[in-house]
Amino acid sequence: MDVLGRYRNLIVLVGVLFAQVLGLAVQVRRPADNEPTRLIRIWAVGAVTPLEKVLVWVGTSTSNVWHNYFYLRGVRAENRNLKQQIERMSLEQVRMSQDADQARRLQALLAFKEQFISQTMAAQVIGSSGSEQSRSLYIDKGENDGIRPDMAVITADGIVGKVLHVYSSTSQVLLINDQSSGVGAILEKSRLQGILKGTSAGEVVLEKVMSDETVPVGEQVLTSGGDGIFPKGLLVGRVTKAGAGSDLFLNIRVRPAADLSRLEEVLVVTRIDERQALPEQTGAARAVDILAARLPGVPSKPENAEKGDAAAPASSEAKPKAVSTPASADGATTARKAAASSPGTGSGTSSGTGNDATKTPTKPVKAVVEPKPQPAVEDSPH
Amino acid sequence: MAITYTSGAQVEVYRFSIPATVLIPLTAVFLQVWLPPRFPFFLVFDLPLLVTIGFATARRSPLTGLLTGGLIGILQDALTHQPIGLRGISLTVVGFGASSLGIKLDVENAGARFLLTIFFYVVHEVVYFTIARGLVGLHMAWNWPHEFLSGIANAVLGVFIYLLLDHVKQRT
Repeated sequence: MDVLGRYRNLIVLVGVLFAQVLGLAVQVRRPADNEPTRLIRIWAVGAVTPLEKVLVWVGTSTSNVWHNYFYLRGVRAENRNLKQQIERMSLEQVRMSQDADQARRLQALLAFKEQFISQTMAAQVIGSSGSEQSRSLYIDKGENDGIRPDMAVITADGIVGKVLHVYSSTSQVLLINDQSSGVGAILEKSRLQGILKGTSAGEVVLEKVMSDETVPVGEQVLTSGGDGIFPKGLLVGRVTKAGAGSDLFLNIRVRPAADLSRLEEVLVVTRIDERQALPEQTGAARAVDILAARLPGVPSKPENAEKGDAAAPASSEAKPKAVSTPASADGATTARKAAASSPGTGSGTSSGTGNDATKTPTKPVKAVVEPKPQPAVEDSPH
Repeated sequence: MAITYTSGAQVEVYRFSIPATVLIPLTAVFLQVWLPPRFPFFLVFDLPLLVTIGFATARRSPLTGLLTGGLIGILQDALTHQPIGLRGISLTVVGFGASSLGIKLDVENAGARFLLTIFFYVVHEVVYFTIARGLVGLHMAWNWPHEFLSGIANAVLGVFIYLLLDHVKQRT
């Protein structure tokens, strides 16, 4: 008894440590996928996030009042609108660039399923995990707003992470530079695929690229869509270093396009639609038609020139029909369908400007070639 | 400046009011999760650890120290996506160690507090690293320069936080 009293502190220490180690062992053994959110997490998040929301709201309101009414009122509002427009256009640019590249490579394979972002929700970052070892954020949208686990979180600059835990009015987002995250990625030009992982130091590396491949520094890394979370073709970042790794794979470091340490607002991809190109849409599509449609049109000749030129039929036969003839118009239409059906991001993403989800009409991508007879038509955007 | 040995009879034991006991750790945890998105450099600091050390050295009760550390650590764990208990274990050890050392040493002056904070920061990181790698299976890389510099940064901040805690502690 005396011994127990003498070593009471030590015994309690060992007991508390043992209990925690036991708890850890149970958590580690249980598969994370089936793990329900623990009550203690709900309590902790419930205790902390309301205050965070209030502070963010106060800060935002104060900032809005100052910027909108006292300091450059009109210019600020205009600037905000322009930034939102830039965000939308940046996303659209990525999508269109991808669509154009893929359309060239896969003209004959239009039966692929396409994925496109059809709905996003703007959310504000209210807090973090507060630890260098756990790189995650809290956003002010949760289950009540339609957020679900494993939804992709992006910004106009690039991808951010995925929704990990969802609470009633907040969600935890796992960043792509956390070591437990994994994103299917593809190099833009070489089309090499790999897995994007975070490191304990908060860096992002592209794994599983064979060491006999060449990866230039500066090449863009995009999502491959293979993870089932991020749609294909979203910008991840750029390669900053590529060298021989320890095994058969290259050691590729990637700088994320989105500044993960300074995130204020993000977009949660709440809906990704898939659709398959219909056979009748793609059946008539021939590579030659698409290519012909891409060629600049030849201006139609003046009537008098046609009348007077006896050799005209031969030369007019030689010119591409893509622009001015009915057949070429069909070709252009087919090209438009082809562009619309090409796999890729096809993201009609538009950044939400408020708290409401922003729906984007699932209209096809802008036509590659407009079937106007003249003047020569602009080529597809790059 | 020097850490001097003090007999148990000489050391003074302090207590904190219940509001301070509850609100100060909660505030520390709150600031720890709220500030980094606005000021990314703040991730270097570990406010809950500093509060644990401050409470433990002032109270000089190993039991209270380990329980305070454990609870603060578990609260921190609950806000991460990692298993609950990682920080709980390391802060339990720190709380126990700091309060045990507080009995033996004079930790009232800034120099002693500075050195103690560096020491316990490293202890905390070592325990965390060991548990994270050994039990949870996280791939972590130990970086001495980073840990040491972080320890110094936390020690500097810690000295000021302990001064603030001095104002709310009460002599028993």
